[in-house]
Amino acid sequence: MLTWVPIGVTIGFAALVVAIMVTINRLVAPRHRSPVKDLPFECGNPPSGSAWGRFSVHFYLVAILFLVFDVEVILLIPWAAEIRRLAGFGLGEALIFIAVLVVGLVYAWQRGALDWD
Amino acid sequence: MTAFNLAAIDIAWLPICPLIIVGVSAMAVLLAGVRVRDDESQGLGVLTLALIALAFVFALGLLGQSGIAFAGAIAADNFAVFFELVILISAALVVLMSIDYLPAFGLSAAEYYALLLFSTFGMMLMATGGDLIVIFIGFEVMSISVYVLAGFLRRSLKSNEAALKYFVMGAFSTAFLLYGIALVYGATGTIKLGPIRAALSNPMAGNPLLLSGIGLMLVGFGFKVAAVPFHMWTPDAYEGAPTPVTAFMAVGVKLGAFAGFIRIFMVHLGPVSPDWSIVLWVIAAFTMTVGNLVALVQVNIKRMLAYSAIAHAGYILVGMTAAGSQAGGAILYYLLGYAFTNLGAFAAVIALERRGVESDLITNYRGLAVRHPGLAAAMALFLLSLTGVPPLAGFLGKFYIFSAALNAGLVWLVVIAVINSVISAYYYIAVIVAMYMREGEAVVGALGRRPAVITALAVAAIGTVLIGIYPEPYITGALHAFNSAFGAALPRTASILP
Repeated sequence: MLTWVPIGVTIGFAALVVAIMVTINRLVAPRHRSPVKDLPFECGNPPSGSAWGRFSVHFYLVAILFLVFDVEVILLIPWAAEIRRLAGFGLGEALIFIAVLVVGLVYAWQRGALDWD
Repeated sequence: MTAFNLAAIDIAWLPICPLIIVGVSAMAVLLAGVRVRDDESQGLGVLTLALIALAFVFALGLLGQSGIAFAGAIAADNFAVFFELVILISAALVVLMSIDYLPAFGLSAAEYYALLLFSTFGMMLMATGGDLIVIFIGFEVMSISVYVLAGFLRRSLKSNEAALKYFVMGAFSTAFLLYGIALVYGATGTIKLGPIRAALSNPMAGNPLLLSGIGLMLVGFGFKVAAVPFHMWTPDAYEGAPTPVTAFMAVGVKLGAFAGFIRIFMVHLGPVSPDWSIVLWVIAAFTMTVGNLVALVQVNIKRMLAYSAIAHAGYILVGMTAAGSQAGGAILYYLLGYAFTNLGAFAAVIALERRGVESDLITNYRGLAVRHPGLAAAMALFLLSLTGVPPLAGFLGKFYIFSAALNAGLVWLVVIAVINSVISAYYYIAVIVAMYMREGEAVVGALGRRPAVITALAVAAIGTVLIGIYPEPYITGALHAFNSAFGAALPRTASILP
């Protein structure tokens, strides 16, 4: 049972910190409302139009394709850092990995995901 | 700088041959299907079927292997091969159901078959994984592919709802599993299953880190096998998904999840089983009872089969609670019979489906026996096997699992299980009554006359009957698969064979 005490203390402390912060904010934060302050962005352009406007679905496709290459780079960095030690084996692994991603790119390309029109 | 020691990784291509074939097939099918029109996609289905058959042959060649590869990341044993074979059979039957379903419902075939193969890959990886991270990767590959497949009827609101619910709940459960893995790693200092087992033989009972980890992993797997109280997503996801995908979720996902679940819990967490088996006892009892009781009031056959799948997960959990070498073999046999039976039931549901018609209501099955006696007989066969009527596969599966549980002294759990089997007879037989004893205008769609769907029905029916009336090679094989892999690690229990 004693082993659980630190966990209980941690949870209690976390709850306490949140309570203190919220209370302090309530007590000391100035509240002067004005139309400008109620805007979504206090500085910058006044908002115009509806937030529910439609975007072209192409943005979605481009974002997904970006994700593919974004993740590719993250996973290639550890290989690049150890490239000498991993030698031919690592190169083979990296090439297989890239080949798998190329399959995805070729598919997207052939299905016309890269054509903007 | 020392050179990287390749020998330490212990690269062995042979044990992962079926995995490589399925993974490469998925990509090949994706590329081959780029220019295939949606209404002419049957060829792609046949190609997928051929590639699955190729992987099946290679997996068959691996029978009898034992040991580990990739420094323990891959477990090359008969348990893995058994699951790979059953998963590949299930995938093949699902492809047979899909060949005509996709054009009929206007679905994009290349992505469908590729995702089906990717999820098959994930399931096989879960069965073959020898460490927690590999099993987790299999879990994720399987799940993410199936999330997308569940929402494949893009224009159907129900399908979208199914995919979203399944995805949100599934992602949530994945987090539980991963957190559990992290805590078990923290408690034992390793992610490899063999060393975890070794670490547990030291006095570790009551270690809070380990217990929290085990509990969280239990939640993660509980979600995937649809155990109560983690079953909430099941009926909606099963109802909304395209029916071949529902069949795949009910059988394939369950096979993959149970493969990992059994390997981790029954075998490698065996030394601390007093800590988790009582939890599993309660979950098994609730899963059977809730699944069966709620199934009683369902009017939609896909929802009914969803709750039936929950109940069957409960029976399998009874076997897991029993632990021991005999219970493991019983579960493997049960899953083999369950795969054929349940896939057959869903194939029959597909035969009655028509695009744009609400055809999944049980009332739509009224009068089926008069209009289509063959289809009605097949459906009745599957439902009786699900009930557990001898001499079908479902009966012996239950018999073996309950025997193993009795031998393990779980008398009350078996009593609950048997009572539940009786309850389940009511809703399974209600469908048979509708088909045979009610007047009605059951309409079989065009799909019910396609050779691929009929082949799937026939294969499932033959499997259900054959495994039931001639169980000897299958139960011996299942027991051998389990015991040659884990027999040495588990307590010997009394034989379940008469």
